[in-house]
Amino acid sequence: MKVDRSKKAMDFLDKVEELSGESVNACIRCGTCSAGCPFVEDMDVLPERIFKRIVLGDKEGILEKNTMWICAACFTCSVRCPRDIDIAKIMEAVRQIVLRHNIDMVDVDDVENMKELPQLAVVGCFRKETG
Amino acid sequence: MEEGYLYYPGCTLKTKASDYEESAMAVMEALGKPLVEMDDWYCCGAVQSLTEDDIMHQIAPIRTMCCAQEQGEKEVVTLCDMCYNVLKQANERMKEKPDDLETMNEFLTEDPDYLGEVDVHHIFEILRDMKDEIKKKVKKPITDLKIAPYYGCMLLRPDHVAIDDTEDPHIMEGLLEAIGAEVIHNPKRTECCGSYHTVNRSDIVEKRVEDIVSRAVKDGADAIALSCPLCQFNLDFHQRNTEYDIPVFYLTELIALAMGIEVGMEKHKIDPKSLLKDKKILE
Repeated sequence: MKVDRSKKAMDFLDKVEELSGESVNACIRCGTCSAGCPFVEDMDVLPERIFKRIVLGDKEGILEKNTMWICAACFTCSVRCPRDIDIAKIMEAVRQIVLRHNIDMVDVDDVENMKELPQLAVVGCFRKETG
Repeated sequence: MEEGYLYYPGCTLKTKASDYEESAMAVMEALGKPLVEMDDWYCCGAVQSLTEDDIMHQIAPIRTMCCAQEQGEKEVVTLCDMCYNVLKQANERMKEKPDDLETMNEFLTEDPDYLGEVDVHHIFEILRDMKDEIKKKVKKPITDLKIAPYYGCMLLRPDHVAIDDTEDPHIMEGLLEAIGAEVIHNPKRTECCGSYHTVNRSDIVEKRVEDIVSRAVKDGADAIALSCPLCQFNLDFHQRNTEYDIPVFYLTELIALAMGIEVGMEKHKIDPKSLLKDKKILE
């Protein structure tokens, strides 16, 4: 992977850190987050690899992956990180960078079983996947 | 509140999770500490907004805190785990970040300002502290039932809002033992059920449910006990595509049964009544 140190790429790192309030550079790639994540089998890229890509400035490469959308903010990684990084907040920051460009990841017309679903599931999903 | 606890219901307890509300209210009534619904409240938003600049999504939870303050109360109790987590995180943020509280009060039209003096609790904290009273009220201990407690995420994480040890919780184990149940230890009890992915990625939820339920069954569980309405829906509804069909109870339903209180259990997908009849807990 090519290291991108352009202003645009570094702005992405800054934006993630500003939105999350967390230091991406504090990550030591120990893999504890991925080891405990119950969703990794559905992720294109493991959480700690996303961290590396953020540091390397690979914004476009990150935004085409599904990792942050598969993350359901269960906070397992956040409570286990030996560097005390609240990883769920970093995933949220990456989601927000997409959603704030008026891009939605779920459409109400595509939801099956709407009448069956409990309200808190629908509210939660649309809060996490629409801008 | 001298006579009981101020109760925040949230969006799901009046409808899909009415079995939970009914059983919890009956148990607390029997314990002499009734849940009294707030005069006014707002939807919490179900999930916490985690970005530093997002004050907007903290407004609804803090308006609910203002409602409690308006009623002269210092404590609010939730039944729903997601409501607990969102209200607690938003409220703690206001207590820990005076600048955010000031911004919030500048926006809110509520008068007086929110002072940040209300505390949020989950019903399990109240029940834990009343375990001795519960034991005294047990009329029909559910001794033949093997129950695997399931905590999920929102009661335990992030750690600054956890009601118990994040990796090794015991609140439910203690309460189940108090009503005579045999506790089945499930190492998957703190893993996420798939949460809101049930809306548009049910394949993910089905894998999570299979993983959690299969372990409980392998270890001998007759049923699962929990408190989150979303976990209840996922573990109950999504067993339909697995080889399993064990009931998923709200813990308060089991406590009510042990106290001899009749509960409806009408909204369950997997009928719990046949198991309860087999075990002679129901007639």
